[in-house]
Amino acid sequence: MKTLKTFKLGGIHPQEYKIAADQPIEVLPIPKTVDIPVAQNLGAPSKVVVKKGDQVKTGQLIAKGEAFISANVHASVSGKVKKVDDVLDASGYKRPAVTIQAEGDEWEEDIDTSGEIKKEITASQQEIVDKIQEKGIVGLGGATFPSHVKLKVPEGKTAEYLIINGVECEPFLTSDHRLMVEKGEELMVGIEILKKGLGVEKVLIGIENNKPDAIKHLSEIAAQYNNIEVHALKVKYPQGGEKQLIKALLGREVPSGKLPIEVGCVVNNVGTAYAVYEAVQKNKPLIERVVTVTGKKLEKPSNLQVRIGTPVKDLIDKAGGLPGDTGKVVNGGPMMGKALTSLEAPIVKGTSGVIVFPEEEANRPPLKSCIRCGKCVAACPMGLEPLYLAQLSEKELWERAEENLIMDCIECGSCHYTCPSGRPLLDYIRVGKTNVGQMIKNRGN
Amino acid sequence: MDEVVIYAVVSMAGLGTAAAVILYFIAQKFKVIEDPRIDEVEEALPAANCGACGLAGCRAFAEAIVKNESLEDMNCPVGGNEVMEEVAGIMGLEAEQKDPLVAVVRCNGSKTNAPQKVIYDGPNTCQFAHALSAGESGCPNGCLGCGDCEESCDFDAIHMNPKTDLPEVVEENCTACNACVEACPRDIIELRPQGKKGKRTYISCVNTEKGGPAKKHCSVACIGCGKCVTACPFDAITMENNLAYIDPHKCKNCRLCVPICPTNAILEDNHPEMSEKIVEKAKENLKKQTEKKKKAAKEKDNEG
Repeated sequence: MKTLKTFKLGGIHPQEYKIAADQPIEVLPIPKTVDIPVAQNLGAPSKVVVKKGDQVKTGQLIAKGEAFISANVHASVSGKVKKVDDVLDASGYKRPAVTIQAEGDEWEEDIDTSGEIKKEITASQQEIVDKIQEKGIVGLGGATFPSHVKLKVPEGKTAEYLIINGVECEPFLTSDHRLMVEKGEELMVGIEILKKGLGVEKVLIGIENNKPDAIKHLSEIAAQYNNIEVHALKVKYPQGGEKQLIKALLGREVPSGKLPIEVGCVVNNVGTAYAVYEAVQKNKPLIERVVTVTGKKLEKPSNLQVRIGTPVKDLIDKAGGLPGDTGKVVNGGPMMGKALTSLEAPIVKGTSGVIVFPEEEANRPPLKSCIRCGKCVAACPMGLEPLYLAQLSEKELWERAEENLIMDCIECGSCHYTCPSGRPLLDYIRVGKTNVGQMIKNRGN
Repeated sequence: MDEVVIYAVVSMAGLGTAAAVILYFIAQKFKVIEDPRIDEVEEALPAANCGACGLAGCRAFAEAIVKNESLEDMNCPVGGNEVMEEVAGIMGLEAEQKDPLVAVVRCNGSKTNAPQKVIYDGPNTCQFAHALSAGESGCPNGCLGCGDCEESCDFDAIHMNPKTDLPEVVEENCTACNACVEACPRDIIELRPQGKKGKRTYISCVNTEKGGPAKKHCSVACIGCGKCVTACPFDAITMENNLAYIDPHKCKNCRLCVPICPTNAILEDNHPEMSEKIVEKAKENLKKQTEKKKKAAKEKDNEG
């Protein structure tokens, strides 16, 4: 048997729990009100262009991204702008948002809402990039990096490969999996568009081996296209990290502190490719996404197509309501996600899943001392030493943390997962990264 | 045999003399003349080496004073006016009289006032709790209760009260060294003038949210209603970001703002118990000030 590709350094094998893998994508009814945060992307927040009392249509621009790294935000329902104010987001902090009271579902006229698949790509390279920017497409893998920025290859660099990330290595999550199985045709058109926008010839799609139906389906469709290869990968967390995926597929290593373009690659998530298809072919902005709602005790784990801004509560109600012994609801995957402080928090562009954990699994084990076993070092896919980074962060030695490459951490949580003493290594490192990032920024000014 | 002894003694004595001469000249050449006042000033300082003056310890503070020959912007909050006068005496300068300060905790979000809604189970320090969560009561500005301030205090002057999960300042021990102010990631602790007989009035809240959400998190939050701003006869209270602030230099401790606060967010230290008389007076004062300020605003409008 041929050995499957994967990345070499570090990595872990958590239990998969892909409970919702066989649940087809269902459309969640439009909520009564949506809270749409205006800073839904990595980079600068966008500027609100509507005011209280305005009537908006579905797909209308409500916040404009003005900085280089920022993205437009659109109304996900039609109705009346109830307020432009701060709302509690998934982190528990207040962030500026536009609240819309839904009235019917009236779309902007230029959006094609038919289900017909439009394969022919008429847009030119520049038009593609502009369209992606206009429609507010961001990376849907979780980091929400504005997609149009990725398509602008910096001078002096050339893109050789477009890599499509269908790995979905986080346990529990199945939204990308369902998208690949159900929307394969559209996805492939989206990939063709990205290919044209980027001006590359070769496309690699990486999918972990635990999704054989997706691999089979996409391989069949890919056969109709030129230069699109589907690769099955050995299951290992965090293969969905772009640096790990490049290493697994091409054996190339992205240098410390650099972007994948350094080794001639641009990585996009399957969800992003689908959103690009909708934006360019159907003129539809990024106003909905597929979210996995799952949990071992949940009555009906599902994959739901949800309008951006829908409260998390609506999704859980659709999945059978919150079980009585719930201890924690996590926004995102179990490895990298954050616990929610309120179920009123809205779904944003970067939300890939909502996971409900029962009480007995919710609490962290009691904190013990580091025994220097080195498991975290072995697990780190970036070759870092999490135990020391955590210590440096705890002692606020930011310069030394920077020297030890704390900024290379991809926050996958493998170190915390393996720690036999239950040390919250990633918590320490995250705070360290925030401070070191601030320090670097201040130095630049 | 004797010769050996004599040679040894003579050669050692010679070597010793030669070394002494060399050392003498070297000592002369590299002599450091230090102002004797540095030692004197250092002697006068409390030797806490806490860094509250902004310099690295008492020696550095003394050196800086002597070097600059000035007491401008130099203050030892631990020693207070007494020590600064002594230092001024040594230097032959005039010491500036400063109001003695004390640390004040501006949050009253105890377990009962701001009940816990979520559990934070990350690293148990305020710095991390602040960076990773909004706080267990949901208040984005309130005390996190992990005790970074207690940890930072060198003078045993601030302690966490396990009943309320809030820090409490031991006034006699507090030297106003600023360590707890810097340790608090949410800027809850403020150094305020001690006041006559320790009497102080302050807003015990730093929440900048609007009234509704603030009240939801905590029953004693400042809701930004502005009643105290209107009531204050000395214009000592200002409102910014839905949060009132009492300027300690303008406040005359008349206590007329305390009973009218709808959420009891104004606290007073070391005052006698609030009497019915003051409550009545405060209500009347509010009416009077409201009318007065309305009138003033109208006049201003007319002029404009």
